Amino acid sequence: MKRNPTYCGSRALRALVWFAAASTVAILLVMILDLTIKGLPYVKGSLFAWTYTSENVSLVPAAVNTLVMTLVALLVAVPAGVFAAVYLVEYAKRGSRCVNAVRLAAETLAGIPSIVYGLFGAIFFVRHLGCGKSLLAGSLTLAVMILPLILRTSEEALQSVPDIYREGSFGLGAGRVRTVFRIVLPAAAPGLFAGVLLGIGRIVGESAALVFTSGTVAQVVTSLLDSGRTLSVHLYAISGEGLYIGETYATSLVLLLFVIALNALAGFIQRRFVRKI
Amino acid sequence: MERTFKLVFAGAAALAVVSVGTICLFLILEGAPAILRIGVVDFLAGTSWRPGEGVFGILPMLAGSGAITLGAIVLGVPIGILTAVFFAFFAPRAVARIVHPAVTLMAGIPSVVYGFFGLMTIVPLVRSLLGGRGMCVLSASILLAMMILPTVILVAEAALKAIPQTIYEGALALGATHERSVFAAVLPAARSGVLAAVILGVGRAIGETMAVIMVAGNQPLIPTSLLKGVRTLTTNVVLEMGYAADLHREALIGTALVLFLLTLLVNGSFSLLKRK
Repeated sequence: MKRNPTYCGSRALRALVWFAAASTVAILLVMILDLTIKGLPYVKGSLFAWTYTSENVSLVPAAVNTLVMTLVALLVAVPAGVFAAVYLVEYAKRGSRCVNAVRLAAETLAGIPSIVYGLFGAIFFVRHLGCGKSLLAGSLTLAVMILPLILRTSEEALQSVPDIYREGSFGLGAGRVRTVFRIVLPAAAPGLFAGVLLGIGRIVGESAALVFTSGTVAQVVTSLLDSGRTLSVHLYAISGEGLYIGETYATSLVLLLFVIALNALAGFIQRRFVRKI
Repeated sequence: MERTFKLVFAGAAALAVVSVGTICLFLILEGAPAILRIGVVDFLAGTSWRPGEGVFGILPMLAGSGAITLGAIVLGVPIGILTAVFFAFFAPRAVARIVHPAVTLMAGIPSVVYGFFGLMTIVPLVRSLLGGRGMCVLSASILLAMMILPTVILVAEAALKAIPQTIYEGALALGATHERSVFAAVLPAARSGVLAAVILGVGRAIGETMAVIMVAGNQPLIPTSLLKGVRTLTTNVVLEMGYAADLHREALIGTALVLFLLTLLVNGSFSLLKRK
């Protein structure tokens, strides 16, 4: 058999493929193990004190701020994203110019680096709208940032609802709005929820977009107009200080565990409820 | 009722377009005047960045972003594409069921966690093996390679799985082995999709900020070796925005504007490829 010169043996190729996959897994495992081994001894009571001091390096204020920021950002982004998806899937003619414009805009938004969002937030929300460096400005910035994600996942979720559902609803005399709210959205709920979980993951992990919009104050906010750091920004700040290596490992571990839990939940919903198209 | 809601839905859809418009508008309004005042050529091709003396050249940052992105692609893409091939054609079902969620998880890990890991593990490793301060092009490239891996894997895998089964079967029928069919028939057929995966990886690498800032050293100089410290377009903004004023501040927004245009270019070519 004549051999193709670029072809160097099936066995070698198979070994290469397995090696690459093993490297990918190894990278993740090394990271998780490293953070666990060095962080676990520092996961103790003082890390979870209600107020932050330079003694305890508590992550609770940052965690509470993260929770508030997530809620506010979702409150803005989820209705906007889901409703936009409803318009694209249920109202607009497929392939029309307006659908294409919205899609192009969403794709553009999805590709913008988070630091550009941060700078935009600092110019627009912090200064022009007068929010100041605050949790509100940070949340609004993140809401714009996760909008394309929510929009895309909602669109997919709505498209996976079979047309028979809609036809059945119209056949019983329901209008478009009633069909959307009573039939289509409930049927698409698991897919919508999976998108929201992805959005939460991005909000919790974000730091570059928040440094200049929400700021780095290490205490629990008392109002939305207070500046406050989220958990990721907290991690960035304390690792930059370089004084609390053990606590920083512990904080990384907590953040990592949260992301793992979120992923597991999203995966579970995906497997259990979302119909494959 | 019907009409109000139709308007509400349409308004929500318009929001995405409005957001893009507002972002463009404000970046241009606040960034472009500074670029014009400094001079487009001096700004883009100036080799020194000395805000104290009013010298604003971003070539070192362009070179820095280019260097670590290239490094990340060289290190990350081969592993990424081979892992995608693994998932699409080689992984036993039981293995894939465990490993695949691990890759999705990698995509979700916050960049500060990657950055801290890089700072505590990769930087000392590079320092002890190769000398220097450890915060350098190489460390940043290794870390970025890890970070773009899940993006490259997931997109390339989808591209490989979208290739019709008949191409693979045809190669098998001609007597090729499983491996050869995959590498000589399916992979070439999927090249535009695989290239799209690489481009998406480039987009992530250019835009990454917080992980890079922790491992790259951040000197605003054109890197002359892999072991030199480096500053990127993204980190330039974070490092100085906190205290910048006047022209300095506008020059930083100008930096972000250049970054924004670069990512538009990258994503534009991605959508073009995806359509093909």
